[in-house]
Amino acid sequence: MAREIGDVILDLQNISLRFGGVKALTDISFDVREHEIRAIIGPNGAGKSSMLNVINGVYHPQEGTIVFRGQERREMEPHMAASQGIARTFQNIALFKGMTVLDNIMTGRNLMMKTNFLHHAMFWGPAQREEIEHRKKVEEVIDFLEIQNIRKTPVGRLPYGLQKRVELARALAAEPSLLLLDEPMAGMNVEEKQDMCRFVLDVNDQFGTTIVLIEHDMGVVMDISDRVVVLDYGKKIGDGPPDEVKNDPKVIEAYLGTSH
Amino acid sequence: MTFFFEVLIGGLLSGVLYALVALGFVLIFKASGVFNFAQGAMVFFAALTFVGFTEVLPGWTGLAPGSGAVFWLAFALALSSMIVLGIATEKVVLRPLVNQPPITLFMATIGLTFFVEGVAQGIWGTSVRGLDLGIDDEPVMFLMDNFNMLVSKFDVIAAAIALVLFVTLAILFQYTKVGRALRAVADDHQAALSVGIPLKHIWAIVWGVAGFVALIAGLIWGARNGVQFALTFTALKALPVLILGGFTSVPGAIIGGLIIGASEKLAEVYLGPYVGGGIEGWFPYILAMLFLLVRPEGLFGEKHIDRV
Amino acid sequence: MLYREAGQFKASYMQDQQIFPIRQDQIGFWAMIAFFFLVVPVIANQYWLQAILIPVLIFSLAALGLNILTGYCGQLSLGSAAFMAVGAFATYNFMLRVDGIPFIAALLLGGLCAAAVGILFGLPSLRIKGFYLAVATLAAQFFIVWVLVKFGWFSNYSTSGVITAQAVTIFGYTFTTPESKYLLTLSIVVVLALLAKNMVRSSTGRKWMAVRDMDVAAEVIGIRLMHTKLQAFAISSFYCGVAGALYAYMYLGTVEPEGFNLDLSFRILFMIIIGGVASILGSFIGAAFIVLLPVFLNIMMHSAIGAFVPANVAANLELIIFGALIIFFLIVEPHGLARLWQLTKEKLRIWPFPH
Repeated sequence: MAREIGDVILDLQNISLRFGGVKALTDISFDVREHEIRAIIGPNGAGKSSMLNVINGVYHPQEGTIVFRGQERREMEPHMAASQGIARTFQNIALFKGMTVLDNIMTGRNLMMKTNFLHHAMFWGPAQREEIEHRKKVEEVIDFLEIQNIRKTPVGRLPYGLQKRVELARALAAEPSLLLLDEPMAGMNVEEKQDMCRFVLDVNDQFGTTIVLIEHDMGVVMDISDRVVVLDYGKKIGDGPPDEVKNDPKVIEAYLGTSH
Repeated sequence: MTFFFEVLIGGLLSGVLYALVALGFVLIFKASGVFNFAQGAMVFFAALTFVGFTEVLPGWTGLAPGSGAVFWLAFALALSSMIVLGIATEKVVLRPLVNQPPITLFMATIGLTFFVEGVAQGIWGTSVRGLDLGIDDEPVMFLMDNFNMLVSKFDVIAAAIALVLFVTLAILFQYTKVGRALRAVADDHQAALSVGIPLKHIWAIVWGVAGFVALIAGLIWGARNGVQFALTFTALKALPVLILGGFTSVPGAIIGGLIIGASEKLAEVYLGPYVGGGIEGWFPYILAMLFLLVRPEGLFGEKHIDRV
Repeated sequence: MLYREAGQFKASYMQDQQIFPIRQDQIGFWAMIAFFFLVVPVIANQYWLQAILIPVLIFSLAALGLNILTGYCGQLSLGSAAFMAVGAFATYNFMLRVDGIPFIAALLLGGLCAAAVGILFGLPSLRIKGFYLAVATLAAQFFIVWVLVKFGWFSNYSTSGVITAQAVTIFGYTFTTPESKYLLTLSIVVVLALLAKNMVRSSTGRKWMAVRDMDVAAEVIGIRLMHTKLQAFAISSFYCGVAGALYAYMYLGTVEPEGFNLDLSFRILFMIIIGGVASILGSFIGAAFIVLLPVFLNIMMHSAIGAFVPANVAANLELIIFGALIIFFLIVEPHGLARLWQLTKEKLRIWPFPH
């Protein structure tokens, strides 16, 4: 591969998250290195999505620290995570249903737009120039993900697989340095999965984007990820390269052994 | 100090009546997940229908006006009308809107409010009617003599009726099969359906009960202030109560009602004179709004966690 | 056959971003503008101008304001009329207390006052959603009207808070005739509608819709919920405020705070439901529909029974029809009349070969 794994850019230390009395995450530590593809696996309810929610500030852990690009933080709002270059997709598609594909992807660029509502009200001038400039970037993403033919379609009318792709497009439009993918291939057929795998690898390869992904398909995880974290009941039970994790007896017992 | 208690008791008693209207909202919200803005219009419809029947029944049946027979016959007819109205609403308005966002259903009930008001006045006319339940609006002598406090007997009896209604409904919902089914439906429609609870049946019962509650509320409010269009505004009194108490909690409705009733009367008496009076209209709303900022889920509501 | 986009190619993103990408729509739009500016003032009589066209335009503006907040940003408000009242009373006071202030300046300042009050009452939207928020906006409705009634300063100490609009003079011309008032109202409404259209088709509008469609996802891509919601409240209230001022100055002449009651708020809500939620065109269609319906009903009933219907019967019938229509539209066409118009156009584009 052309890319080279760099230094640690995201370091999670002793993260614990509770909802009332329910412990979602207990004392979890792991790191993510620049340009790598890091997978999080684990049975249902293991706390994988909660982990992503902690990384981009949707949930606030009660204990632990998160260091992203040398900055330590505990409490952070999602929009601040976005402005630091973290983008994500969701397990249950979270597109803006009333808008077209193009508009959805354009929202991904909102942080880079500098004009305000008064410019927009006048439209002609700075707002239009900016709109065109960002439209060009968005069209690049559209070309990259091969969704040119649906750009003016309202997302609600698209089939599931394409919606997932549009959601990825919206995340990519923000040109993130860290991309969080929550089950990007769930519910897809083999062909769609292959496409999505190719896109994930291409993103990583061409843009050097660091990727953290949750995925249930073991074949996919073993094929594309550089390192894997295994969660079970909110605790970390394994961490390492795919081959190593695959042969870890604790992981086999908790996860692979029962479902495969 | 006597005056303070007088105001407080007066406020609490009217709070019970607010709670009665709020109860109608809570029942329907629990069963169908609909915030039924038309509850106030239903109170108006119920009271007007009752009074309308007491007026026309003597002519139709030859019964003596004001007799017990006329009262109970009118009551039965008004109650039937409410049940028909409830079931029709459920079938015509809510069923086709199933799976729509709650806010759409809410707007539909605003439409329903207008419709019901128009129908009620279309049938029975727009004039203000008196309604006599045979309870005198005179001071309770015991309190007058011993504590020199002016508390209306009517208010006390009305609150007592409302409390009996609350307790009965609470017992019914806690211990009967229908009550259990209702709680299951409130929790999860799909799950309730899958274990064989007849959803439509439950909805019909709940709308029927909500109609009954509206009728009682309409009779009490109507007897107090006259049967007129202003009865629809009882809904506006109940809304802050619901915000305080939470949309799903019957005890919340009662306690919310008491808090709103007492605080609005106290505010009117002690705060009103400094700002020109007439603050009863908005004070509960501001109170409820400030409360929401601190506790968005209400007194007894459940805290909601966004899952993504 | 005339409505076809074949042969119209977009060679740049600029062309692709026009308000009316199809040439026939552009022509239609300019024809409408020409008609309403040049033809209507000549052919319409006093009654039509004063009792129908001016209120339709003013309510369109108010509906547009509510549509920005509710249709585009997803925050249901039941207090639109109160923000109209703020605009009307603020404009009145600027005209009264600032010597020689131009009417347009007073109007805009009135709108800004409404925007400020809108932000204040929009604050709960940061913690609460849906009908909880709707109930909180009722607080604005009752509180604002109460303040305007109780504190005489706002109405220059007139009885029960009635204000009488001062004469409107722009560049030495005083607007007294229905034609002139109509043209002034039309100009203001057209400009503001155009600005609104621009906002909703650019990044501002996309942020509103993102918050409406899925707030958590919006936050995750970097949209600040607080900023976006309050902005929608402010701009929406500005539009309502200007509409309220026009309501006083161009339509009624004298208004009291009670004129901006909950009933008016509901009517404005009905306009956007019937006309079209999240549609600029829908705001106009809805306002026209709600203003014209009672007039139409009266004519219908008059011709049906040959005599004028008593006012209270007509009022009840109006309530019933309004209520039934709202329910009908929510069930059958939740995007309102504007959506029906759009569907017709789409059919027309491919007619007569639908595949």
